[in-house]
Amino acid sequence: MRLDPAIYNDLLLSLLPELVLTGWSLVVLLFVAWRHETVRDLRITAWLTLLALVSTAVATWWLWWNTATIQGQVSMIAADDFRWVVTWVFLGAAALTVLISIAYLEREQLLAPEYYVLLIFGTLGMMVMAAGADLMVIFLGLELMSVAVYVLAGIDRRRARSAEAALKYFLLGAFASGFLLYGIALVYGATGTTNLVLIGGQVSLMGKPSVMLLAGLGMLIVGFGFKIAAVPFHMWAPDVYDGAPTPVTAFMATGVKAAAFAALLRVMNQAFGPVPAWHDILWWLAVITMVGGNLFALGQRSLKRMLAYSSVAHAGYLLVAVSAGGAAGSSAFLVYVIAYTLMSLGAFAVLTAKGRGGESDVLIDDLAGLATRRPWLAFALAVCMLSLLGFPGTAGFIGKWYILIAATTAGKNTLAAILVLTSVVSAGYYLPVIMAMYMKPEPNEAAHVDVCLDRWGRSAVAVVVVGLLLFGVWPNRLLELARSAVETVQPAATTAVTPR
Amino acid sequence: MYASWLLTALLVWPLLAGAIVLLAPARLAKFIALAASLVEFAISVPLWWTFVPSGGMQLTADYAWIAAWGVHYTVGVDGISLFMVLLTTFLMPLSILGSWSYITKREPGFYSLLLVLTTGMIGVFVALDLFLFYVMWEVMLIPMYFIIGVWGGDNRLYAAIKFFIYTFLGSLLMLVAILVLYLHAGQASGVYSFGYAHLLGNAKDLGSLAWWLFGAFFLAFAIKVPLFPLHTWLPDAHVEAPTAGSVILAGILLKMGTYGFLRFALPFFPAVALNQTVQLVIVVLALIGIIYGGLVAMVQPDFKKLIAYSSVAHLGFVMLGIWALTLQSVQGALLIMINHGISTGALFFLVGMIYERRHSRLIESYGGIARVVPLFAAILTIVSLSSIALPGTNGFVGEFLVLIGSFRTYPIATALATTGVIVAAAYLLTALQRVIYNPLAQPENEKLTDLTPREITVLVPLLVLILWIGIYPKPFLERMEPSSRALIQQLRPGPAAGDTPGQP
Repeated sequence: MRLDPAIYNDLLLSLLPELVLTGWSLVVLLFVAWRHETVRDLRITAWLTLLALVSTAVATWWLWWNTATIQGQVSMIAADDFRWVVTWVFLGAAALTVLISIAYLEREQLLAPEYYVLLIFGTLGMMVMAAGADLMVIFLGLELMSVAVYVLAGIDRRRARSAEAALKYFLLGAFASGFLLYGIALVYGATGTTNLVLIGGQVSLMGKPSVMLLAGLGMLIVGFGFKIAAVPFHMWAPDVYDGAPTPVTAFMATGVKAAAFAALLRVMNQAFGPVPAWHDILWWLAVITMVGGNLFALGQRSLKRMLAYSSVAHAGYLLVAVSAGGAAGSSAFLVYVIAYTLMSLGAFAVLTAKGRGGESDVLIDDLAGLATRRPWLAFALAVCMLSLLGFPGTAGFIGKWYILIAATTAGKNTLAAILVLTSVVSAGYYLPVIMAMYMKPEPNEAAHVDVCLDRWGRSAVAVVVVGLLLFGVWPNRLLELARSAVETVQPAATTAVTPR
Repeated sequence: MYASWLLTALLVWPLLAGAIVLLAPARLAKFIALAASLVEFAISVPLWWTFVPSGGMQLTADYAWIAAWGVHYTVGVDGISLFMVLLTTFLMPLSILGSWSYITKREPGFYSLLLVLTTGMIGVFVALDLFLFYVMWEVMLIPMYFIIGVWGGDNRLYAAIKFFIYTFLGSLLMLVAILVLYLHAGQASGVYSFGYAHLLGNAKDLGSLAWWLFGAFFLAFAIKVPLFPLHTWLPDAHVEAPTAGSVILAGILLKMGTYGFLRFALPFFPAVALNQTVQLVIVVLALIGIIYGGLVAMVQPDFKKLIAYSSVAHLGFVMLGIWALTLQSVQGALLIMINHGISTGALFFLVGMIYERRHSRLIESYGGIARVVPLFAAILTIVSLSSIALPGTNGFVGEFLVLIGSFRTYPIATALATTGVIVAAAYLLTALQRVIYNPLAQPENEKLTDLTPREITVLVPLLVLILWIGIYPKPFLERMEPSSRALIQQLRPGPAAGDTPGQP
């Protein structure tokens, strides 16, 4: 199906998933304005949200099935398989977040149905980011997502740490947006356009890139660096992840990060393909993010902070995939982002089960003996930890293997070696979690009595665990999807030698 | 028919049985596990006859797995891996029977992990696809980590994480090396595959890259062997692990390192491995292992630690034999790999049995117990003698072959290694004297009970093998010979490989 952006109907059709979700968001918003008193209303809102996400996924699937593409070169919206796949990732992350939120909100007395509305708006922003083929559209999506997530981080108004997290996230996020916007302005000044394809054309005509373009590129990378929490722009991440309600943290660590990465990948490949500078910048960024994230995580005793730093470390691994470039790099990115979303959400989901009132204070040692009392939860968390570690048999391993293939294909053997060495370091903080659960005795009989997930939380964890193990052993379909999805985000110029 | 599914059955059955053990009632766990491991052994026994002594891979099976990367499920055995597989399936039932009364908590988990471990170990030895090999290499890490960490001694957490991180560090660098090799072969031939034969065929023209790749493989395998100075994880892991864990660690896991050298590091990078300097470094490290391991063993107050350090020495002989690359030395090295599994395994069983009675592993806690537990003392003596390499026992055949085989390549190093045999006699005989002879000074030891029928059942198969290999090693040697010859021919084409096999 070829869509002509000049025709009004075709343009709407290319935005079908976004329009469906917008429509649903209005429905949910109206419902919330009408019924927002009881726990039952909250539940219905959650169900409506899930319905919204599923129908958006179906709309996306319909476009994918009909191989919708944009006719002609210049369009503000991209319609390609890369967009559909990352859209599914966002929708999946949002749906799993909803599942773990249902019990959490009731338990924490957070009877705020707008929570779900904000979740939908955040997801919508991510989808717009992934769909943007123009820096302005990407910026719009980024802001829509960010504003929704700022509020989500502070949704627990009674807790000071939640408010602190929101404020910190807002201030630094606004700062990052400023960088991004200034970068866009400079790039516009250098090339006279904000469209990615046109920028790419201008850049390749330019030969040696001008100083203004390079400055703009640098600003863009700084702006995205904040959102993906790459070292040294990660300062906000631990405090914000720690202070926000756990399901929101899960959503930030997976969806927000994936969206920023998807936009980064598209911008770098399509607009700056011919500029070698960004490969080097991302190379260094990847190295310090992997080293920094892993070393900081090593010192954490709180499980939630450890996961926050671990998500910084994983941003480093994803940066390796982006920096490797080429088709292999982009498909490795997709595979890893799917695996990462699953395993990270799984870990946060189990975390919501532990403790009341203040999950942020769950220490790793507080899990001692969980395996004897709650064997299935412990097993799920162990699978997530091993997958985060990149252990064979889990999706995390397949993802890491793919990133390593991409890096070595691009001739970046040093980067690959640093990746595996920092992975060894990460064993130093993932293993203690397993160690506490399985190898240390319960401190007292009642230590884990209140640890439990409701039916929906359990189903979310089950989906994660099955997904991780399935993709870990039989990743063929996933790899095929990732391989076919990245053809369009490649600049025509780079033709790296890649395995089939 | 039998040929194509045999190895797959050996890999799948323990996994299946492990799941059954977990689901069945806890009190049945050990019975089911024992039955399952006996079935596993029964499946593997026909390998002995089905295997035709020749240089190539046999009983191969090959299926596509991850098409996008050219990953296949490819398995097969040759004269090198055959004995490792048989040793694994042979030691597993004994380990399970040996844990019968030692393991008292969370039994289903323990036996299930032992069975999963079996799959991992056999997988490492039969994998002919480097992706599969890597996966199996890592898969056996987790069960061992849990076995040490959950059922180990007082200092088990430290030992478990040390074991894990050492192995993980080595294996991840090997992973990068495998990938680089894969891409190199892919670019050279246009076919992207992790198949062993494919990578081996395209491993030429690596240039200086070969040094880095050899280094990565070397690190992974040297940690596992363990080669001095990478051995420090071993005493901790051995001492803290429960009996079955120690037996399997010593008996099989260490052999993965030497097996890795024989199967991958040497054939892939002959130019680097046989470089003068590299040879010198490795032979010196092996020698240090032999002598230093022996000397450190001599001063250990803890019997289990003594055996752990003796492993370092034994594996030093294996490395010397492999690097000497004569037919006798390679066959000797392979034989020591088997012997060490049997003798050291038996020693660990014996220490575990006396520990269960007395709850002490310190040598000084015993003394004069030959009068109290004569059967135990007799078996300990025989096993110790075999570990010292007394003629007539299995140990002698292996070390003798390594020494005469290596003498031609490294005369001085071999002469020095011979002192290692003397050191071995010194530490084991001293320990033996202090444990079972000397006066019966401590009253606690007067009430020790002798071996039970179950314990005798564990030890007798090991004793039989000690004597069989010691007296008539021909069936073993003739099955190893073609593969060893092929390996040497491949690495050092020339008349040196055409010698007659050494038979004492």
